[in-house]
Amino acid sequence: MSDAESKLEEILSNVRPYLTPQLYDELSEKLRDAIKKHKLTLEDAEKIAWEAVERYRKALVEPGEAVGTITAQSLGEPSTQMTLRVFHYAGVREYNITLGLPRLIEIVDARKRPETPITEIYLSEDIKRNPEKAVELARRIELTLVENVAREINIRLGMGIVEVELDPEMLSNKGVTVEQVVEALEKLEIGSVEISGENPYKVIITLSDEYLDPSKTVKVRTMISQAYIKGIKGIKKTIIQRRGDEYVIIAEGSNLEEVMRVPGVDWRRVYTNDVHEIELVLGIEAARSAIIKEIYNVLSDQGLDVDIRHIMLLADMMTWTGHVRQIGRMGIAGEKPSVLAKATFETTIQKLVEGAVMGEEDPMVGVTENIILGQLPPVGTGVVKIFMNLLATRPKEGEGG
Amino acid sequence: MTSVITNRVAKIKFGILSPDEIRKMSVTAIVTANVFDTDGAPIDGGVMDTRMGSIEPGEVCPLCGNKRDSCVGHFGHLELAKPVIHVAFAKHILAYLKATCSNCGRVKVPEDEREDLLKLLKDLEELKLNYLKKRLHEYIRRRASTTTTCPHCGQPTLEYKLEKPHTFFIKTETGFRKVTPSEVRKHLEKIPDDDVRLLGGDPQDARPEWMVLTVLPIPPRQVRPSVILETGMRSEDDLTHKLVDVVRTNIRVREHVESGAPEQIIEDEWELLQYHVTTYFDNEVSGIPPARHRAGKYLKGVAQRLKGKEGRFRGNLRGKRVDYSARTVISPDPNLSINEVGVPEEVAKKLTVPERVTPWNIEFLRRLVLNGPDKWPGANHIIRPDGRKINLKYVDRKAAAESLEPGFIVERHLLDGDIVLFNRQPSLHRISVMAHIVRVLPYKTFRLNLLVCPPYNADFDGDEMNLHVPQSEEARAEVRVLMLVEKHILTPRYGGPIIGGLQDYISGAYLLTSKSTLLTKEGVARLLAPTGYRGPLPEPAILKPREYWTGKQLISLFLPRDFNYRKTSTIGKASVLRCIDEDCPHDSIIIIKNGVLLEGVIDKSSIGREEPENIVHWLIKEYGENVAREFMDRVYKMFIATCEMYGLTMSYDHLAIREEVKKAIYDIIEEKKSEVNELIKLYREGRLIPRPGKTLEETLEDEIINAMSKKLLDEVADVLTQHLSLTNPVVVMARTGARGNPVNLAQMSGLLAQQTVRGKRLSRGYEGRMLPHFKPMDLSAGARGFVARGFVDGLDPLEFFFHTAAGREGLIDTAVRTSQSGYMQRRLINALQDLVVNYDGSVRATSGEIVQLLYGEDGVDPTKSDHGKSVNVDRIIEKYLKG
Repeated sequence: MSDAESKLEEILSNVRPYLTPQLYDELSEKLRDAIKKHKLTLEDAEKIAWEAVERYRKALVEPGEAVGTITAQSLGEPSTQMTLRVFHYAGVREYNITLGLPRLIEIVDARKRPETPITEIYLSEDIKRNPEKAVELARRIELTLVENVAREINIRLGMGIVEVELDPEMLSNKGVTVEQVVEALEKLEIGSVEISGENPYKVIITLSDEYLDPSKTVKVRTMISQAYIKGIKGIKKTIIQRRGDEYVIIAEGSNLEEVMRVPGVDWRRVYTNDVHEIELVLGIEAARSAIIKEIYNVLSDQGLDVDIRHIMLLADMMTWTGHVRQIGRMGIAGEKPSVLAKATFETTIQKLVEGAVMGEEDPMVGVTENIILGQLPPVGTGVVKIFMNLLATRPKEGEGG
Repeated sequence: MTSVITNRVAKIKFGILSPDEIRKMSVTAIVTANVFDTDGAPIDGGVMDTRMGSIEPGEVCPLCGNKRDSCVGHFGHLELAKPVIHVAFAKHILAYLKATCSNCGRVKVPEDEREDLLKLLKDLEELKLNYLKKRLHEYIRRRASTTTTCPHCGQPTLEYKLEKPHTFFIKTETGFRKVTPSEVRKHLEKIPDDDVRLLGGDPQDARPEWMVLTVLPIPPRQVRPSVILETGMRSEDDLTHKLVDVVRTNIRVREHVESGAPEQIIEDEWELLQYHVTTYFDNEVSGIPPARHRAGKYLKGVAQRLKGKEGRFRGNLRGKRVDYSARTVISPDPNLSINEVGVPEEVAKKLTVPERVTPWNIEFLRRLVLNGPDKWPGANHIIRPDGRKINLKYVDRKAAAESLEPGFIVERHLLDGDIVLFNRQPSLHRISVMAHIVRVLPYKTFRLNLLVCPPYNADFDGDEMNLHVPQSEEARAEVRVLMLVEKHILTPRYGGPIIGGLQDYISGAYLLTSKSTLLTKEGVARLLAPTGYRGPLPEPAILKPREYWTGKQLISLFLPRDFNYRKTSTIGKASVLRCIDEDCPHDSIIIIKNGVLLEGVIDKSSIGREEPENIVHWLIKEYGENVAREFMDRVYKMFIATCEMYGLTMSYDHLAIREEVKKAIYDIIEEKKSEVNELIKLYREGRLIPRPGKTLEETLEDEIINAMSKKLLDEVADVLTQHLSLTNPVVVMARTGARGNPVNLAQMSGLLAQQTVRGKRLSRGYEGRMLPHFKPMDLSAGARGFVARGFVDGLDPLEFFFHTAAGREGLIDTAVRTSQSGYMQRRLINALQDLVVNYDGSVRATSGEIVQLLYGEDGVDPTKSDHGKSVNVDRIIEKYLKG
């Protein structure tokens, strides 16, 4: 048996240099399996291994293939079939997530902030199976302002006081005590804060003189309602979801850097749909992966079948310079080396004038420029630079040719 | 023999014309605002001076001696009495003014630093780091602009301001003082060459002071031809009109200056000159009124000619009009091969292919020439070796045919077997343009096989398509090798077939291969006839009492002997008919062993379009496109023949359901309605518990929609499927994936259920109600767009109205979506089109930057992959285990 084993080992190591690691692993695993289960002979195993190499080679891209254009078409054509409906329920019914075409456009535009940022917060090993701990952590993360727990805020300028009536239900829901609210209001330094004698859920602020100005009431109201009690800035709402055997916090809003710092959070697995933030916190490679993942999700949600290689190429094109660039005139299309290519896309006149002022040179290497001049663009069969010498092939004399 | 073009434009340099250059390339100075004399002849020295190019028929250019079609046109020039700002450059002029000292003209950066920057700039230029170079220029500009005293001459610098579009001001103690273009130009002249370089300019080809015009180039007449109207009136081009305005005001300014007119008058005229020059270049500048025609129409400036979708760039340079093309309505013809296109004779007589005369085809071409342009197959022109083109319409064709010699070119009619490009807009992907082989047919439409509808996204409700005839041997060769339909059965989008069966093909395949189909010898013959099968018949599956064949046997006739295949069919996807092992009572697992279809019905999953891993997919992977095309051309015809033999049809009776089923459905509806009423009651009494994050109203609506749409339809569909069997053609179509789905069935026989707009029940219209037929604040199902009937029963007027409301939303959705996704695709193409796989397997932009080291991380072409996988190891192992 060990003899056969070493023979197989040899067969596999022979083909290894010709295959990708993933393909090699799949092949060796499946061959072993087939030998064990179906009594595959070693001769056949060798044939199979070499046929795999042969088929892999046959599947390689041909040089000159205009993969960029193919990618653009492969993503653009199915996008016409997408639904436009902006809001869909995804998983949890409580959440609205931008999906479909608008989301795809958003990713491709490399917007600074997605329309509906969502963070998935996984919990560390010790607490991830404990729903109470998860709720506790969610409360700690969720941004809580006075307005989230207050039922009413009444400014009584005549008496120089502000009455903040709290909602006991919301307080317990968010896990906030009245004392915490008092503390938060004191930090504003707009007057002395105390709990009303008659109602334990009423907080009374006696305003200091400078805030008694009637023109400042609006400002005072927003200051009070926006007073920070606890949580992370940017995280608005949280929901606990069960995934497999663990609990996950899904949060509306995104603040990757802060969330990753929270103890109890498994910072390796925290995920946000905000590509720009991922770039800032985790770097460009992470941003590339995020773009791939997000586009892939959008497409598969709509039941559209697009090869992952296209998405990878798009993500690479957006990120290879080291920062995320948008598709369009402020990004990739605006940074082309060719004046003509830039001018044909949007803002024609500006680009031409810029080219003139800077005395730019158009190297004539792109597709657009060459189309404009009626030349063969250097893609596809246009990359071939070898020509047949027609004079050498012409018959010496006589007819024909 | 045409030679290979080896000269290419390697580089284009952009810059600004200097006054000297404008004068040098000019053939005449423009001195008068008059254009034509009393006889209507152009006046020398006017803007239509004949020396600027010949444009009339028969006119000979006095300069180059060429006629209209070969004179390229010549520039003139106008000496401006006072300099004017070129609007497009105003922004850039301001940048120069701000960054340099108004006194000495140097960039406001200290001397030592300046040296370093210049060196750095040179290094970046050598390394071709254009992106960083741009950043450096920006840095220098920002630094210099914020410095207030000149580090070179120590003078405090003036603060410039630009008032759009083209007026400059200097800040003084009392406010802002207007700066004339002459002053601006003086300042720009002072900037030394190296300093221009520092700011990103090019002192050789784009000196900053050239952005202020002192001489205006007058474009050739070819650029602005005049039109002779039917009335004999001459109508001049917009640009000519504008130029006349410029020349006239220029003369006035000069006269005022020479006669020593008051400052203010000169200033006003100067301002007017500036206005005319500005609108000549760009008539959509914000801040000034656009120049108009007498009729009130806006004139087109130079910028308007270039800009936008129909402008020179996008309209004429990137997209060009072509000859040798045709367009007409399309109609289906299942008898054509998928590689073919039916071309009407009328079209074939207009489109031509240039064919060179050789000793081998001379007789053939002579016959065509004799037939001439009006009789197909004929020829329209002969091109003699000296380049003369003879139109066969007007010559003695007999003599012309006699004169034919090797080396001549005959432009012959389109014939069977020629290759052409076929296209349908919108051309969203590369398979919107494919090559077909011509079949000249009677009647007036293009004919195509139904199987190629999916890639073009075509149907026959009046669609039109375009056809192009490649004219060179090279083009034809490329087209045949790369663009033929059979090469595009697999799509690069997901590595699976996009061309495949649809609608009746699928119903037919199911009917043919279902277990209950037994065919007599006559039936077999009828089915095999359209396929062109010539071999022996297989052994009948049933011998007594009569000989019967199964449909599966017929399919097997066309499968390669060593072909193996296994897949679950589409009907097997419905839970009732799902099978796991090979003993499937529903016949829903397709098993082909050694080219014999043993088990399973053929339907969408095995022959359908856009269905990866179908039979055609494996045929291509293992036997090549030719075998697959052959399979499609022959077997698919059998499916259609089956439909005809079976008489597949659909009528009212197939949808009408029995009274007791109707009753069952009615009960379900009533049950749901009372559920909703219960919810409303709970809500009214305030006992409804809101969902987290939702208001009470939202919760109620959610619950109701949930109950009344999807859930209800599913339940009704379940009831219906129990009463509709696979003998019903409507059910056959829905189940096999040919057309429609169980929900559609429920909507026809059962009810349409809840209609929604933007995911909500219908509610807009009157206050608190949708129509005046309801009570205000009526939340019940019937008042909020619930349709309790199906198409078979018919809708009542209110229900009909609900249905139109929901239907309208779908229409709007499509309209909005197409424009959005179209724009996105345009941007994607623009961003990615320069990416090419290089010989080393890396993906690079054409200027050499590496984007991916190995395409797609494994170098595999998605088209050649197995639905994304580079190699399907299982299939290879399977192959060896069997053999």
